[in-house]
Amino acid sequence: MSQDPNNLISEREEDLQFSIEDDVQGTNTKSYSQGQLVRRRFFRHKGAMIALAMLILIVLVSFTSIGVGPLPGWWDKNYLDPYPSVNGGQPTLQLWPFQIGEHPLGQNTIGKDYFALVMKGAQQSLFIAFAVGLLATFLGTAIGAIAGYVRGFTEAILMRMTDLFIIIPTLVLAAVLGRMAGSSIVLLALVLGLVSWTGLARLVRGEVLSLREREFVAAARAVGTPTPRIIVRHILPNALGTIVVNATLLISAAILLETGLSFLGFGVKAPNTSLGLLVSEYQNALTTRPWLFWWPGMLILAIALCVNFIGDGLRDAFDPRQQMD
Amino acid sequence: MIRYVAKRLGISLLILLLGSLLLFVLVINSGDPLEDLRESNAPNRENLISQRIAYMRLDDPWYERYLTWLKGAAGCIVGQCDLGVDRKGQNVGAMVANAAGSTLRLVVLATVFAIVIGVTLGIITAIRQYSGFDYAVTFMAFVFFSLPVFWFAVLLKHYAAIEFNNWIVDAQISPPTIVIASAVLAFILVAALGGDWKRRLISFAVAFLVFGGALFYFDAVTWFRRPSIGLPIFAIVALAIAALVIAMSTGFGNKAVRNAVATTSVVGIVAYGLLRGTLMTNPSTGLLALCLLAAIATALISGFLWGGFSRRQAIGASFVWAILGSLLALADLVLSNWASYLKTQRRPIPTVGSETPNYDSTYWNHFIDGATHLVLPTIVLTLISVAAYTRYTRASMLDVLNQDYIRTARSKGISERKVITKHAFRNSLIPLATIVAFDFAGLIGGAVITETVFGWQGMGNMFNVGLNQVDPMPVMAFFLVTGTAAVVMNMVADLAYAFLDPRITR
Repeated sequence: MSQDPNNLISEREEDLQFSIEDDVQGTNTKSYSQGQLVRRRFFRHKGAMIALAMLILIVLVSFTSIGVGPLPGWWDKNYLDPYPSVNGGQPTLQLWPFQIGEHPLGQNTIGKDYFALVMKGAQQSLFIAFAVGLLATFLGTAIGAIAGYVRGFTEAILMRMTDLFIIIPTLVLAAVLGRMAGSSIVLLALVLGLVSWTGLARLVRGEVLSLREREFVAAARAVGTPTPRIIVRHILPNALGTIVVNATLLISAAILLETGLSFLGFGVKAPNTSLGLLVSEYQNALTTRPWLFWWPGMLILAIALCVNFIGDGLRDAFDPRQQMD
Repeated sequence: MIRYVAKRLGISLLILLLGSLLLFVLVINSGDPLEDLRESNAPNRENLISQRIAYMRLDDPWYERYLTWLKGAAGCIVGQCDLGVDRKGQNVGAMVANAAGSTLRLVVLATVFAIVIGVTLGIITAIRQYSGFDYAVTFMAFVFFSLPVFWFAVLLKHYAAIEFNNWIVDAQISPPTIVIASAVLAFILVAALGGDWKRRLISFAVAFLVFGGALFYFDAVTWFRRPSIGLPIFAIVALAIAALVIAMSTGFGNKAVRNAVATTSVVGIVAYGLLRGTLMTNPSTGLLALCLLAAIATALISGFLWGGFSRRQAIGASFVWAILGSLLALADLVLSNWASYLKTQRRPIPTVGSETPNYDSTYWNHFIDGATHLVLPTIVLTLISVAAYTRYTRASMLDVLNQDYIRTARSKGISERKVITKHAFRNSLIPLATIVAFDFAGLIGGAVITETVFGWQGMGNMFNVGLNQVDPMPVMAFFLVTGTAAVVMNMVADLAYAFLDPRITR
């Protein structure tokens, strides 16, 4: 066989590539993987970091103070027994000079310790919010990914189902199902998760529609990779940004939805408690005992705000257009 | 285009149908409709139970009840609505007629306010990216986004409304308040305007003096108790709006658009001057609607006649002026009647209900009464969705401002004002059209909560009571109205999309 003239050219190209790589190494810039880049950008986002610290603090305090289930907490009062009234039930928390006092957030109308009660409510609201966020993220991702990848009849059915859930306002559907769920917190979280996934499903489908046309998916299909593996290993990691950012939005929406439902009387019910139920219960106490109304509302606002700020930080971190340094 | 719309409409109707079936099945299975009677000790208990069973047709299978409802609801298309009876035997159709009006008024008003404020703030924050103003607005948007509706509504009711009602009794503003308020307003204005330090200082001083002077003047003549705009100021403001509309649409260089808007505004101002007396003494809804239609007709005709090569822009710009000018005239009329309204209602901002019951007064007092009842719920709903609009507009405007065609426009030497109004603004609105429809469903949900807090007898209340009593008919009527409204909003969004982005129709 005569010598292939192309060989020379390709050899020269290889040389060229080597020299470029040498140059890149010569400039001495450290290279990062995609995950490292995202993590670095996220940890440098001041707002998100403050929000994350605050959220962790809220979660820790609400779960350790009065304990979970049989486990005792460090707070010496519980949320069930009435205590003798101190200072007319007013909050004893003072910022200057700092003191916590007997009942830092005051007492309710029958003398229960309001700090313990609010912490119990926060536990329930947080549990529901995170459970709903996880469930809805899972459902939305699965439905969106299958609809976007499989196309055809399956997609039509799944997307019309999504439209069906969108046309009934989420709050309405959640109220009807929440009424059926009764007073069980776990059931309520399940039900709210079942109605909150629609927006994410649409977004994930859009993302998957463009990803499935890429060469690496064609390559995976060419070597005979089974469809579930293509979706899970090749497509979804590339849609991770959309999914994670919207998961945080789902959590903050879920906490507002739960509190709204409890306010209307279709969510958490009386022997149990939640932040929304506390606000609803004491909305007429604003003139006589304003703290009963302020604390749970402020806590809802703080949790939702923290989650939203974390979501904003994640959005910036996953945005490839964001420059490092 | 027509095929596209027809296809979307067909799918929407099918989904509406499936949605009604789903909701019906869920509601009738959500509890026991006879629960309260089973526990009651009334002597005629058996009677009451059998009566309710008859009204709710509990002995019939569920699909027959659903089909009967569907048949009655389908009659709405030909104008013979039969939405069934609730568990007390009251006709649901009659209840809906009242409730739908007040709820849709609330939701549509809140949507319009949220879009106008949100888009404006979004554009300003995108232009002044990473400024103090941007950070402040972003933070506030996040706060509003995370606000529990009912909690905020109760606070607003308690503090804003009651404080305002106490203040309006003598409507006095103390000098320190004037100084602080005008300083804060001037600071916000300067932050939004931007510029270098010298320009900022000058505009701050000017704005401070103007705001302070205006507040001082208003205080001195107790304007807030006897407000009025008056014809001269109306004419000046109307002309300023005309200038703004021209600047935002094509700029003053385009003679056709300039002349069309000028003609419309002059005709509008003269006509309002002539009609004002009649509108003040014997107004009616029909007359007001007629005036609005006349203004729009004038705008279309003058835009058509002056238009020439830019007929579409001329018609559009004068149409926008006609709407804004009519709103300004309405504001003038309302403010002129505020004093007489205050005489009958000592505490003008009500916190409960959608109208004062048994309020016997003039047309304008009724009009203001309806408006003041709308104030608080509208503020609540607006603030909550304004945050989303601000964020989306900012993101999409930033996206557009980084496009190549904006760089091309700048490199040609076009002024920054023209780059933003002519090249960036309209393109940045495209993605918003889809969000409006989505947001509408959320607002309906918000309205359910808001109506509960403010004690409105609207659709939300019907849903609430119906679900509490496991009574499907009011819930289905709620779904029929809100679902149809959502479908219509989707259609409008699709049409707006096609208008903003002509590539879609091709």
